[in-house]
Amino acid sequence: MKSFTVSKAVTALMLAGLVLLPLYSQASGNIFILTLFTRIIILALAAASLNLIMGFGGMMSFGHAAYLGIGGYAVGMLAQEGVGSGWIQFPVALAASAIYALVIGALSLRTRGVYFIMITLAFAQMAYYVASGLARYGGDDGLTVYKRSDFSGLINLSNRTQFYYLCLACLLGVIFLIWRIVNSRFGLVVQGLRSNEQRMQAIGFPAKRYQLVCFVISGTMCGLAGALLANNTDFVSPAVMYWTRSGDLMVMVILGGMGTLFGPVMGAVVFLLLEEFLSQITEYWALIMGPLLLLIVLFGRGGIMGMLGRANRG
Amino acid sequence: MLLVVEQFLNGLQFGLLLFLLAAGLTLVFGIMDLVNLAHGSLYMMGAYFAATFAAWTGSFLAGALMALGATLVLGIVLEMSALRHLYGRDHLDHVLATFGLILFFNEAVRLIWGPAGLALPLPAWLTVPVPILPGIHYPAYRLAIIIVALLVALLLYLGVMRTRIGMLIRAGASNREMIGALGINIKLLYTLVFGLGAALAGLAGLMQAPILTVQIGMGENILILAFVIIVIGGIGSIRGAFLAAIFVGMIDTLGRAFLPNLLRQVLSGAAASTAAPALSSMLIYLLMAIVLVVRPEGLFPANRR
Repeated sequence: MKSFTVSKAVTALMLAGLVLLPLYSQASGNIFILTLFTRIIILALAAASLNLIMGFGGMMSFGHAAYLGIGGYAVGMLAQEGVGSGWIQFPVALAASAIYALVIGALSLRTRGVYFIMITLAFAQMAYYVASGLARYGGDDGLTVYKRSDFSGLINLSNRTQFYYLCLACLLGVIFLIWRIVNSRFGLVVQGLRSNEQRMQAIGFPAKRYQLVCFVISGTMCGLAGALLANNTDFVSPAVMYWTRSGDLMVMVILGGMGTLFGPVMGAVVFLLLEEFLSQITEYWALIMGPLLLLIVLFGRGGIMGMLGRANRG
Repeated sequence: MLLVVEQFLNGLQFGLLLFLLAAGLTLVFGIMDLVNLAHGSLYMMGAYFAATFAAWTGSFLAGALMALGATLVLGIVLEMSALRHLYGRDHLDHVLATFGLILFFNEAVRLIWGPAGLALPLPAWLTVPVPILPGIHYPAYRLAIIIVALLVALLLYLGVMRTRIGMLIRAGASNREMIGALGINIKLLYTLVFGLGAALAGLAGLMQAPILTVQIGMGENILILAFVIIVIGGIGSIRGAFLAAIFVGMIDTLGRAFLPNLLRQVLSGAAASTAAPALSSMLIYLLMAIVLVVRPEGLFPANRR
């Protein structure tokens, strides 16, 4: 294994930048950049969780935004009912996401290929309509979270810097977990299933069971992102589960590099900064973003990580 | 009784409309193996074209015909410029690239027509209620949609099953290398099929336009319904798409119409009125889940061996 590669260097630079960002924000008085990057980190966490099933497991879920909503609504609904403690809200958010993932995973994994893409999409739309129908919790208009999760004085989520570091710690923790999973026996089986399911089954691995567990782990991780997102925006609405959001997450993963550890983070940073940058130039930013996606798909094999890898060789 | 007949016809009309959309989607998937999320955008463009051309010419029919031609051309241009390069690639690439196209089309429409929706007014002769049974009247326009869609479905069936082009299309679906080797211009065939699918989507859009407002994003919700239909019907199967579309159209319409009353008999009034809208939107997805559990390949898989 090579000790120095371009992609490693860029990853290290990016991580150093993310860690030092609050210092820059404080020194320059630019609060906006901290808020922007908090959002980027949370969505990077969601993208990383999607990458676990998409990149390593070969399960193309087009309904990952549903977990963002479930995690968010768990926080929002508990806050509305007077349960403000994060020690309750976050575990409930994770558990709800895990249960949802278990149910839809068990159904969706009966299918494969393009059917799988569509059934996960349809289930996420179903979750979207359920949220729209929750009249008690704002329905279509969404639910304002008046008080952020309370971690009994250990960490104050209303403090921008503390919240930023909490999100960053969650992101790094999840990536560490994914790294351990991918290199474990379990992770190797899941990756083997991506390459050749029949062969793995012939060796004697119960394919669906492994895939389902991986699906649930990924969903639970994304539920964490949802709980953080609700705290970040102080608001949760059905729109976070809309199918275009699932598409955004997929784009981040592909853009950064599917099946790489830090690719989704890179993808989220580039995608969201590009969106921010383009929307400052023109109101019609999607006019540029759309064809750009097409070009990335046509020519950008392996995403940013793939390109960095090639730069290293060439 | 009146309500039941009316809702039944509404369900049929909605189902047939969904079929037009699903037929294009399933043709393109079955033959080119292309997942086209931008199909809903073509539906939207059909509606926008119709509203614009009808306003220009002052005639609904002329506007509709011109819009049909315009979506056909748009589909062909789209295929030749972008989608052609996606054949043979991973399905995930299709999803992403056409997702980008949706963003592009929504934004282009906002740029050209503005964020507010358009209306497509009907000519007077299409707004009169027509007696269909003694004492029961039904709007002429909705009846016209049913007739046009049934005709198109029949033409599509005859075209695919009885003509030479249809034979090539079916041959292309089962083995594309072989028909290429036999000297058929497969590129042209693909472009043609995509154009046909685009025109069908445009037709669905322009026929739906007078009933709903013409607005940005109108293609997205209905696109997901069309996907549900082809998943239920079996991807690549036109017959499956037809039956599933009618089924889904009926369940959706009848569910929305009668579920609130049914629930009110079981639950308390307040609980029923909150649960009913969510439940009726969910019905179709529940149906799809059940179908996939029982028959993971859909009800009428295209290439059954």
